[in-house]
Amino acid sequence: MLEMRNVSFQVDAEGTEKEIVRDISLTVPDRKLIVVTGPNGGGKSTLARLIAGIEKPTGGKIFFGGEDITEKSVTERARMGIAYAFQQPVRFKGIRVVDLIRIAAGKNVTAGEACGYLSAVGLCARDYVDREVNASLSGGELKRIEIATVLARNAKLSVFDEPEAGIDLWSFRNLIDVFKNMRETIEDSSILVISHQERILNIADEIIVIRDGRVEKQGSRDEIYPSLGADSAEPEACDVLIKSVQKGSDA
Amino acid sequence: MDEIQKRLLLEVADLHEVPEGAYNIRANSQSAGRRSTANIEITSKEDVSGLEIRIAPGTKNESVHIPVVMTESGLKEVVYNDFFIGADADVVIVAGCGIDNCGNQDSEHDGIHRFYVGPRAKVRYVEKHYGSGDGRGKRILNPRTEVYMEEDSTMEMEMVQIKGVDDTERDTVAELAGGARLVVRERLMTHGEQRAISTYNVELNGKDSSADVVSRSVARDRSFQKFDAKIIGKAPCNGHTECDSIIMDEGRILAVPGLEADHVDATLFHEAAIGKIAGEQLTKLMTLGLTEAEAEEQIINGFLR
Repeated sequence: MLEMRNVSFQVDAEGTEKEIVRDISLTVPDRKLIVVTGPNGGGKSTLARLIAGIEKPTGGKIFFGGEDITEKSVTERARMGIAYAFQQPVRFKGIRVVDLIRIAAGKNVTAGEACGYLSAVGLCARDYVDREVNASLSGGELKRIEIATVLARNAKLSVFDEPEAGIDLWSFRNLIDVFKNMRETIEDSSILVISHQERILNIADEIIVIRDGRVEKQGSRDEIYPSLGADSAEPEACDVLIKSVQKGSDA
Repeated sequence: MDEIQKRLLLEVADLHEVPEGAYNIRANSQSAGRRSTANIEITSKEDVSGLEIRIAPGTKNESVHIPVVMTESGLKEVVYNDFFIGADADVVIVAGCGIDNCGNQDSEHDGIHRFYVGPRAKVRYVEKHYGSGDGRGKRILNPRTEVYMEEDSTMEMEMVQIKGVDDTERDTVAELAGGARLVVRERLMTHGEQRAISTYNVELNGKDSSADVVSRSVARDRSFQKFDAKIIGKAPCNGHTECDSIIMDEGRILAVPGLEADHVDATLFHEAAIGKIAGEQLTKLMTLGLTEAEAEEQIINGFLR
């Protein structure tokens, strides 16, 4: 279980302090899938980075399994069982897919086991296991490999930052299967997904809406989901588009 | 051979015992074993120190190992090895030099290798350099490699120097006839106060000849590296050089890519990039449970693979 208590994060932007996360308190219970959503720039990715330890909060505390991890490093948190899938996966010259999966698993997994993780994210394992994680891979391929490395972690808490972004129509259905399988196979594991995707929101146990660095709404899917439509960024974008088209036709 | 020599042999030639095929093992300036085969003849030069290696035309799937190990402090030697590779041969040549210097005097091996590659012949050449020992004497290697390639021949050179050589000046020249193809993969890591200079001068003289010279290197501590690769296109040809380096600590790297086109149909490219390890690469591996030092090691090992 992960708990954030009154967590804040501010950065110094050109002499003025900018608050990206403001006094957020939330809980990710065991065996739950929590989806964090809300408009872009609202602080969702920062929240994920604070959980992974890449950023340190400027206020508040973070607890994991009852232990205060606020001052723990990225490595320590990883070893305690926190996994984190980057929104924009990193490329490496010379490091192969199988190497990354081995590092993630923390043991010398067989080629067969490595292939299992790749198959789970819809990649033909034979074609990928020996490929370098370099610029020769497409954004979508990299993103799936990123998810495979998190699967290999077998972690108590897995955080995914917009896992659907850049993924082609291999599709959300498979991605959703990935989350379902994780819940079934990793004991007492919890998953936190940052997403705008309707189908991912649909399988959430709980939904947290973050806007302007604050928790705007938090509750069960049945409570929150129906109210999302009017709040999400998509209708806003539609409005802008419709207005600009109308303007064009008036002129 | 003693245990240190055997260990050096393992480092530079992956050899546990005497190799299959033709070989000559040189230990402390003496021959420690030699074998010729029906197709590959190894003889000593008479005027200077070194070998003549003659590979018969059409020899297929055979290998030659000519490792050198030095364990005496203060030894200095210049060795001339000439390789004559017959037409249509397809062979692997493994050279390499390991120096263990526990004394206070410098040890130096300067190997001058000349390759005469016959028409349509294919050569894969592997050269590893390695140094060990904690004496104050330096371990110095100054190889010079000359490659003369006839029509439609292919040469792939893999040059590796990862550890322990204090000072190296590597000079490689190549001349290619029509349809010949040269591929060079150099991997280099320097640390401490080491200095490594690698110079290439490749002349593409014949129609449709091509060269691809790629160096990947890591400079740590206060070491210095210079990569100076020049390709000269004198015919319709393709040339590419690339220097890709990771710089760490107070290391210094100078990349001097050079291209000279003397023919309107010469197509030549160069790329050079020097930079430190990207922070996000370290972060990614740390989120997988590695410490920063372990992450750094994985990134470097992969880069120099």
